[in-house]
Parts: sequence; structure tokens; C-alpha cells
Amino acid sequence: MATDPIHQFQISKWIPIEVGGLDFSFTNASAFMVATVAAAGAFLYLTTSSRGLVPGRLQSVSEMTYEFIASMLRDAAGSQGMRFFPFVFSLFMFVLVANLFGMFPYFFTVTSHIIVTFALALLVIGTVLVYGFWKHGLGFLKLFVPEGVPAVLVPLVVAIEVVSFLSRPVSLSVRLFANMLAGHITLKVFAGFVTSLGALGVAGAAGAVLPLAMTVALTGLEFLVAFLQAYVFAVLTCMYLNDALHPSH
Amino acid sequence: MADRDKPGDLDGRRRTLEAALAARKPAEPESDERAKTGGAGGFANALRLSSEFIAGIVVGAALGWFIDEMAGTSPWGLIIFLLLGFGAGILNVLRSAGQVADFGATPPKKGDDEDGKD
Repeated sequence: MATDPIHQFQISKWIPIEVGGLDFSFTNASAFMVATVAAAGAFLYLTTSSRGLVPGRLQSVSEMTYEFIASMLRDAAGSQGMRFFPFVFSLFMFVLVANLFGMFPYFFTVTSHIIVTFALALLVIGTVLVYGFWKHGLGFLKLFVPEGVPAVLVPLVVAIEVVSFLSRPVSLSVRLFANMLAGHITLKVFAGFVTSLGALGVAGAAGAVLPLAMTVALTGLEFLVAFLQAYVFAVLTCMYLNDALHPSH
Repeated sequence: MADRDKPGDLDGRRRTLEAALAARKPAEPESDERAKTGGAGGFANALRLSSEFIAGIVVGAALGWFIDEMAGTSPWGLIIFLLLGFGAGILNVLRSAGQVADFGATPPKKGDDEDGKD
């Protein structure tokens, strides 16, 4: 089991629940999602509860996160976009904390399952569609007709733009999921080399230094990827929300 | 259509395109640098671009297959939408690399390049 790099992604039922033939079991994935939300919420609540005018260390971490997302959203979608701030901030915190939780040994990485990231991406695209049509009505469809296209090419361009739009949730979710999955598998494979080489005696143990160094380096890289992917997810969410706010500007 | 065929117009359009591309170039030095340093930045870029491309093709193929299933037009829906998905994938890649205008962005106004009348 220890050397199987896929084992870490296995979902196990903790509390089996079945409603009307559907499986609603509380799994390790659910548990870590709950833990993610609880940890993110508790961190923000506890660090800002002192409400110091001069923030302490942890309070300034919370405030920096807030400022970071707020300026990102304002840059991408304008000040009108700030109405989506709670949405984008929650998404960012969820993805970030879930990614970082995955870095603990023996923890389950929620974002390494495509169904989770795809649900998040569908939430984003659903918000874009609902808000776009609610705000602009059919004018939202102008999003798919770029200006300055000859009339002959319009049907082709619109078809390509529609497919491109529909591919957004897929690429958004696949990117996050693939990064987390690939990173964790690589980490596990290199760590597995250490144990299997170490079992070969003195020469093996000396050789095991190489994969060990690699594992250490990869762990650092994985922390970077965890931040980077949460950031990319939030940036792209902002860009897509911008389309909903200003379909043609 | 008629005024677009003038030879001077094409040159003008090419010049404005070059100007627009040149104006776009310095906006991306940071991401270029990140790609050059290799490691995490380049890896993230590669994954980003490839996922954009693959997503376009996959969504096109899925749409085509779905339309075929619904309308019984197999294999034409799959063929046409796979090609459209390929186009969308290329568009996605160019767009996320900053080479093509974003969704709904208007081209810079130049006066001689007004469209939509034909």
C-alpha cells in the first residue's frame, strides 16, 4: 500500500448514508471539505476578531488576503465586480486551503478529484450565465459576436466562440485537478523510491539520497503550485465574471 | 465589402495590426520571464495552455457526439464540432497567451475600419 501512488486518492466511506437509492455517504472527501471550510472560516474569524487598528501578524495575513482578492477583482472586473467579492473570496480560500491541506502527510486532497473542481467551475460558469442573462437579457449573447467580423464569417466565428466559452469550465477544472493530481503522484513516486532503495542495503541507502533530495524539492514546488493554482482559479473567475458584467465594452 | 478591397486599406490594416501587436508586447514581460526561468512557472504555463487546448477539443467532440445522439446525424455532428472544437482550442490558447483580444473586447477604433455594414 505504501508504494502505491494512487492509493492516496481513494475515497472511503466513513458514514454510509443512502437516500432513495442514491449514495449520500459521508466520505473522507466530505470530511476534508468540511475541515477545509471550517479551517478557512476559523482562521479568518479568529484572526480578525481582535479588530486591532494596528493589525497583528495573523490579522495582517487575513487583511492581505482580502486586499489581494479585492484588488484582483477590481482590476479584472471593475468596481461593479465587487458585488461578487464574497463569491470569489470564498472560492479562493476554499481552493487554497484545500490545496494546502493536501500537503499534510496522510491527508486527502479534495482538489485532486475532478468532480470537485468541475463542480466549482460549473458554479463559476453558472453564475456568469445567470447573472449575464439576468442583467443584460439577450444582449449577453453579443459576447459571442466579436466586433469587426465580416458577415460571411459570423456563423463560423460564433460557433467557435460558443465552443470556446463552453470549454472554459472544462479547462478551469482540469487545470486545477491535473496540477494537484500530477504533483501528488510525483511526490509519492519519488518518496517511494527512497523506501525501496533503502531496502537494498548500504549502496541503496546511499543512492536513496537523490530521490530524497528530489522529494524535498518537490514538496517546496508543490506548496508553490498550491498557491499558484488557487490564484489562477481566482483570476480566471474574475475574468469570466467580467464577461458577465460587461459582455461588450 | 467594396471599400475593403482597396489595396491601400489592406496596408493600413496591416499597419494598425502591427501597432496593436507592438502595443500588446510589453504588457507581458513578467509572464515571459516566468516562462524562461523554467521550473514552476514554465510548468504552470505549459499545463495552462495545454489544458486550454485540450478542453476546446474535448468540448467540441462531446457537443458533436451529443448532437449526433439527439438528432441521429452521425457522424456529421461529431466531424463538424470536432473541427470547431479544434478552432476553439487554438482560440483558447492564443487568448490565454494574450495574442488575441478577449471575449467581447472591441477592436481599437480607427475610423476607416468600421464594419457591420455589409
